[in-house]
This record gives sequence, C-alpha cells and structure tokens, in this order.
Amino acid sequence: MEEKGLPRLAFFSFTCCEGCQLVVLSCEDELPDILSLVNIVNFREAMDQKSDVYDIAFVEGSITRAEEVRKLKKIRKNARIVVALGACSSTGGLNCLKNRWPMEEVKEEVYGKDALKSGLFATLPTRAIDEIIQVDYYLHGCPISKKEFLNFTTSLLLGKRPDTTNHPVCVDCKMAGNTCVFEKGMTCVGPITRAGCDAICVTYGAICWGCRGLVDNPNTDAHAETLKRHGLTADAVMRKFSLYGTCKTRKC
Amino acid sequence: MKKNLNIKIHEITRVEGHGNIVIDVKKGEIKELKLEIIESPRFFEAMLRGRRYDEAQHIMSRICGICAVSHTSASLKAIESVMDIKISKQAELLRKLAFYGETLQSHILHLFFLVLPDLAGTGSIVPLLASHPELARTGLELKRLANDICAVVGGRHIQPISLFPGGVVHTPKPRELKRLREALAGSFEGLERMLTFLNDHPVHEFNLKREYISLKDRGEYGLYNGDPVSSDGYAFKPESYTKKIKEYVVEHSAAKHARTRGTFMVGALARVNNSFRQLSPRAKAAARMAGLAVPAYNPFLNNIAQLIECYHSTENSISVIDKLLLMGPKPEPVKKPKAWGRGFGVVEAPRGTLYHEYKINKAGLIEKAVCIIPTAQNLRSIEDDLRAFVPELLDRPKAEIARAVEALVRAYDPCISCSTHIMDVKFA
Repeated sequence: MEEKGLPRLAFFSFTCCEGCQLVVLSCEDELPDILSLVNIVNFREAMDQKSDVYDIAFVEGSITRAEEVRKLKKIRKNARIVVALGACSSTGGLNCLKNRWPMEEVKEEVYGKDALKSGLFATLPTRAIDEIIQVDYYLHGCPISKKEFLNFTTSLLLGKRPDTTNHPVCVDCKMAGNTCVFEKGMTCVGPITRAGCDAICVTYGAICWGCRGLVDNPNTDAHAETLKRHGLTADAVMRKFSLYGTCKTRKC
Repeated sequence: MKKNLNIKIHEITRVEGHGNIVIDVKKGEIKELKLEIIESPRFFEAMLRGRRYDEAQHIMSRICGICAVSHTSASLKAIESVMDIKISKQAELLRKLAFYGETLQSHILHLFFLVLPDLAGTGSIVPLLASHPELARTGLELKRLANDICAVVGGRHIQPISLFPGGVVHTPKPRELKRLREALAGSFEGLERMLTFLNDHPVHEFNLKREYISLKDRGEYGLYNGDPVSSDGYAFKPESYTKKIKEYVVEHSAAKHARTRGTFMVGALARVNNSFRQLSPRAKAAARMAGLAVPAYNPFLNNIAQLIECYHSTENSISVIDKLLLMGPKPEPVKKPKAWGRGFGVVEAPRGTLYHEYKINKAGLIEKAVCIIPTAQNLRSIEDDLRAFVPELLDRPKAEIARAVEALVRAYDPCISCSTHIMDVKFA
C-alpha cells in the first residue's frame, strides 16, 4: 500500500501523555490530504504497521529510561530529519518536576518499598531528547499547536526551511486582543516564554504557564523583579519558573 | 487439546500507551499469562508535591492526552473539596458539557480508530478511508464534533484551559453553543451507522461473571458526579475508597493492579450495567437495538456500551446547552479558597472510576497526592479474562488467537498513559 517516492513519516512516543500525537490525529480535515503526500510508516497509537525505514521522525515524550535512550539513538540513525514534538520532547516538559527529588524517593513514594527491587519501575532523571541526540526541528507546547504542526509539515514537504517562533508570548497575547493577566490581578511567565501558541491559555481565561520553554535571550532577572513587585516571594517566583523549566533553562 | 502455544505480543497497537501480552501454554495448560505494562512510569504523585493548589489540575491533566478533562475534573473536585467551596450552577453545567464532550471524543476515537480496523480487517483507519469511506468519514466527523465541544468550553480539546479551581474562567458565546447544539442534533445518524455496523459484527461469545463498580448519581446517570457503587450490592464514599479498593504492585506491570474482595471491572460496561435505568431515551433504544441485556458479563460488549454512552452524551450535551442558553452564560469570578486540608475528587472517566486525593497545607502547597486510575483497576480483570478466554481458543491458528486476544484487551480500551501508559502482543 506504500506509494513509491513519497516521504516516509514515522511517529514515536516516549514518556508522555501522547496528547501531541492526538493533536496530529485531530487534523480530521487535513489528514486525507496529508496522507496523499506522505507515507506514514509508523504510528503505533493509530496503526498496526511498523517499519524502520523512514525519512522524517516525529518524536514525542521525554526520556526517562535506559531503553528509551537506545530506541532514540536508533531513530536518529534511521531518520534524515528528527523533529521534537511537544514540550516533553523539546524541553523535558512537566515530567521534569520529578527531577526535584532523588529518583529512589520518587519510586518509593508511588510504588512503595518493593518497587526499588523491580526493574519495571527503573527511572532516570527526565531529559529532553536533544540531551541525547541532535534534533533538527522543535515543535513546542504542551500540547503542540495544530496550526503550527500543519504549517511546519507543509514547509517541510515543500522543501522550505520551517519558521521557528522567537518572540515572547506577550506579542501573541496582544495580537489576540487579551487583557494582560497582570492587570487582572494574576501573574504569568508570558514575557519570557516562546510564543507560537496565539496565547491560547490567556485567551481562554488562564495564565501563561510557560509550556513552550524560554524565548532566546530571555530577561528572566527583570521578570523575576516584576513578579516580586506583584507580590510573589522569591520561592514563589522560583516555583513559577520551574513548572516547565526544571530540566533546563538554556535555549532550545 | 494438548496444545503448546507461545504468544508474546510486543507493544500492542491501537491502544493508548505501551504494553505486551505474554501467553505460554504447555500441553493445553496455561503456564504463564500476563499483561506486561512497559510504559515508563511518570511519577505524577511526586511531580505534584510542593506545587501550588491551582497548578494541580494543569499538571494532572497531563497524565493523559485522551482523558485530560476527566483528570482535570477529578483534580478540581479534589481541590474544591479541600477549599470547601461549591462552584456555581453555570460553572457546573460548563464542566459537565466538557465532560460529555470528552466521553464522546474518547469513545469515538476508540470505536472508529482503534476497534473498527479490527472488525473490518484493516490495520488502521487509513485503508478504511478507501474500503469503508462512509463509516471512516463519519468517525472523523463525530470526533471533530466531540473535540469541538471540549474546545468551545475548555479552549482546546486536548488539555483544557478554562477549567480552574473555583469555577470556569472562560464563558462560551451563545452562538458557539447554538452551533454545537445544531451539530449534535444532526449527529445521531452517524451513531446509527456505527450501531448497524457493530450489530453486523457479532462479538465473541465469552461471558465471565464479575463485579462492576461505577459512580451512581441521584437523578442522572453518574459521570461527573456520584458515589461509587458495586454490582455486588454495596456503596461507599469516595473518601473510603482506599478501604474498598486495594492497589498492589505486581512484578510485570509498571501500573499497579487493584482489587476489592476479588476482581472487578470499571468503565462503560460497568456504568451501563449499574445505571442502565438512568440512560437517556435514545441510549436505551440503542441498547435494545443492539440486544444488550443487563447485567452483561461479556467484556467485548464494552464497545457497545461505549456506543450507548455516545448516544447518552449527545442527548445530554444538548440538554445542558439548552439550560446554559436559557440562563444566558456570563463571565463569573472564580470562588476563593475557604479552607485547606485533605480532599477527594472522583469522576467517571471514559474508562472508569477515577479517584484523586490531595493534602494541601496552609500555604496552599500540595503535600501529598494520590490517584487511582481506571485502567489500573481493570488490569486484573483483563488478566482473569485472558486466563478464561485463551483455553476456548486453543484449537484455532496462532495468528487468529493473537488477534482475538488483542481484541479482548482492546475492548477494555486500556489507557496505559494513564495507568502509567500499555500494550502490544509478542510472538516468541
């Protein structure tokens, strides 16, 4: 059933909620068109077929086990292009919150004392995939934005270099016509977070949680001061920065 | 039937998460049978520790991409029980609407994308677009509608945004609600199509008596609200769930197993069995059309039960929208915490009863979190079923056995991301 000459796409999933794959599956209108332009050769959540021959690998999830490290390295070897799909894969995402504690303690808390003996619960500190392999492109967000995924895929198929957003969420937020959350008496990390999400969380009444990671050259010191001016303690500021930023604060 | 059989299905496909089925039969006797859960453990309980109370729903919804609204809802109910507040009527209606949307979305995804390829003999929905175009398109349309419900209320269908401790922070516009209402009213035809298809594909005759646990609500079918009840004739309060439901660690599973006095099952079939009389009229009619008589003890009927719940969720979404339109939805401030301490939240996620329990200190920081996931509660039931089902199949070819076994596991709609994540059948 594989059509010759079309780019072969593969989707892989490591430690995560698989929500980013679901965003891909939710492109109901576009899926039939996409499928006429590519061969999807690996997508465990949706199909039986499995193959090791592919051009573009979309990798979702962060890396928390030795087995995953091996699989990820194999993917890098097989694929021409590796794309980190979503926050867990790009920055480690929320999974990094467990890195705040020693791994033995984490295991014992959830599975009890016996867990320490069993290999099944083996866990490493959470890592983003680029801490292990070289990554060609990043699709940020928890979950990814459908629009960004489609734009990205279109560019890739046209042979164009996909655009990467590199401005803070505040810009998207203004463009969406939102009232600033600071004016509503709340605080957020939008000023230092990479945009591309259309500030959807603020549009729907919440705050920017920072899921897309830091923008390049973020002025975190100034923002920490701003947060303190709005009544946050130093601890609370650290907590705010750490929700999605425990893994790494370097740019990605 | 002195048959030897060795099946290892590695990373079961078309289920949510990673798992293997291992079956070893020597001379017609089962030597080994297990459902290995190989998903990476996530350690959410540890992730939540030390975080602010109003981050809990955001973090916990990331347990699962499919049932994020359920995790968010259980989490919010737990936080709000700690805060000692009751959300407004409008907020409750909006949360219920998102909840129906997710039930629909999850069941449609399972039936059309994961189960249908089994019945049609294709490996995925992709060949279905050519072989069963009408049904495949119907699936895509129904799923888009379900996603749309979640998006109108929550901002997006995966990981809802507007469901917040103390209320709902976004108010849908009446025209959006009317648009949904119209689409919902026109969607029954698609459900009929699936019902006809399922009726044309009889399930394996396999019955195993077991206990069913689900939430039971007063006045309506228990999904967002209610207390747990058992088909064995007892009920309990969410706060005493640890006394009734014992979780335990087994060596071959990264998800904990659970038992009451024995094996029990949760999910659509449990709910339909326990609360049949509270189903909506069209849902009951669908059950009659499918010839489903309760209590039903065939786990394969979980698929039909899910479809029945699709009818129920569609009809109830319409009535919730009507109530909201009558009230005229307006922005409301969220309620502020009145107390701290311990709290419980329980809901019927698409796959079954979901419990969250938090302890929050005076600074509003979470000290302890526990959650019991539906799939973890079903793992023991799945293994019991396999143990009874495999001997019935031994005279069939190996590939057919593997397919049947996978179909059985899939009928439970296991969510391994949730239970930590599950599956795949390995042939050694």
